[in-house]
Amino acid sequence: MTDDAATELPPVLAEIRDDFLALGERDRLQLLLEFSRELPDLPARYQNSPGLLERVEECQSPVRAFAEVESGAVHLYATAPPEAPTTRGFASILAQGLDGLTPEQALAVPDDYPFTIGLTNAVSPLRLNGMTGILLRAKRQIREQVAAG
Amino acid sequence: MPAPLDTTEKIAAYAHPDRLVSTGWLAEHLHDEDVVVVESDEDVLLYETGHIPGAVKVDWHTDLNDPDLRDYLDGKGFAQLLGSKGISRDTTVVLYGDKNNWWAAYSAWVFTLFGHEDVRLLDGGRGKWIAEGRETTTDVPAPEPVEYPVVERDDETIRAFKEDVLAHLGNGPLVDIRSPQEFTGERLHIPDYPEEGVLRGGHIPTARNVPWATAVAGDGTYKSREELEAIYQEGGLGLSTDDDVITYCRIGERSSHTWFALTYLLGFDKVRNYDGSWTEWGNAVRVPIVKGAEPGQVPARV
Repeated sequence: MTDDAATELPPVLAEIRDDFLALGERDRLQLLLEFSRELPDLPARYQNSPGLLERVEECQSPVRAFAEVESGAVHLYATAPPEAPTTRGFASILAQGLDGLTPEQALAVPDDYPFTIGLTNAVSPLRLNGMTGILLRAKRQIREQVAAG
Repeated sequence: MPAPLDTTEKIAAYAHPDRLVSTGWLAEHLHDEDVVVVESDEDVLLYETGHIPGAVKVDWHTDLNDPDLRDYLDGKGFAQLLGSKGISRDTTVVLYGDKNNWWAAYSAWVFTLFGHEDVRLLDGGRGKWIAEGRETTTDVPAPEPVEYPVVERDDETIRAFKEDVLAHLGNGPLVDIRSPQEFTGERLHIPDYPEEGVLRGGHIPTARNVPWATAVAGDGTYKSREELEAIYQEGGLGLSTDDDVITYCRIGERSSHTWFALTYLLGFDKVRNYDGSWTEWGNAVRVPIVKGAEPGQVPARV
């Protein structure tokens, strides 16, 4: 990890990464569990129209998410069942980390961010692919909305 | 001393009734001295949200795999892991987990590679225990470490490698337990798919498709012996208990569930799980595949 990468990363994502890296492997799982509990409920308009959310196939567990650009600010909404706490934790990290960014800032988040926060051994690379899946989809959805104006 | 068997009628009817226990049996034997309950889940955090009292956690990804070899632990690593969980060689291990016991069955398979004698599955897994409102806790036990012998892993009896599968084509049944869409090859192209992917969709030539869930009842338990026989044996897939069978899926977890059913519930003598499964086969150089719903022929040159 270079200083350059650290300075480019939006502050909340950088803080989340540093918080994880400051912990031992076992405690990282506990922190991920805390994130899973913090995943906010969906706004009413998504609760009423779950079809607006996109299923993230890469996650082994059913997670649906959508990144919305509103007045120039990004918000990621996601839902996953309580019996999928890891997936909820992934979604929660990205929801907090991307929230309020400009589309440009969000699109500049490195695709390998999930593999830089110290979870590769604690969680396993295969599982982390699920988090990459949420991030890549969010970025695609942001690009589509920016292109559509 | 092995724990007593579950003598409920359904379980007693299976070929090896010493391999499965009901939730009722487990509730009664939870605190038996020679029983260690082990949770193995797809979700690495699920155990932390609450588990069966006294249960320890063994994670298939982070505990049972060697990250550098792309293989399972060796005998020394396995001995260290089990010893640290308070499991000795003659402990009765009861495995359970999420997703209809996929990963619990996978762990049972890995434990069996090392010849751990008394490995049982909790019929219906985590889902049934919780649905019945049975007790859970977030207290993580701190078992007294015990001595577990270093036993060499047996990679021949219940494990098949790619070369074994190639040699098996045309000589014995192959059971592909993935979804019909994965079997035909229709489902592979997923937008934005990250690294872990397969180049080609389809199945291993001659494989028959019996999705794993076919063996499962509505409450997540295994179907009765009679029902399983109708699926895999006469009137169904037509297998015989003396057939040399290989099962596979995507990475070997769902096919462990079927391996377990064929071996212990129906009494098949020789079932091997191809754990490389489609993730290896679909990417491997110079191995044949078949697309579509038909099993397909043995290729001329393999």
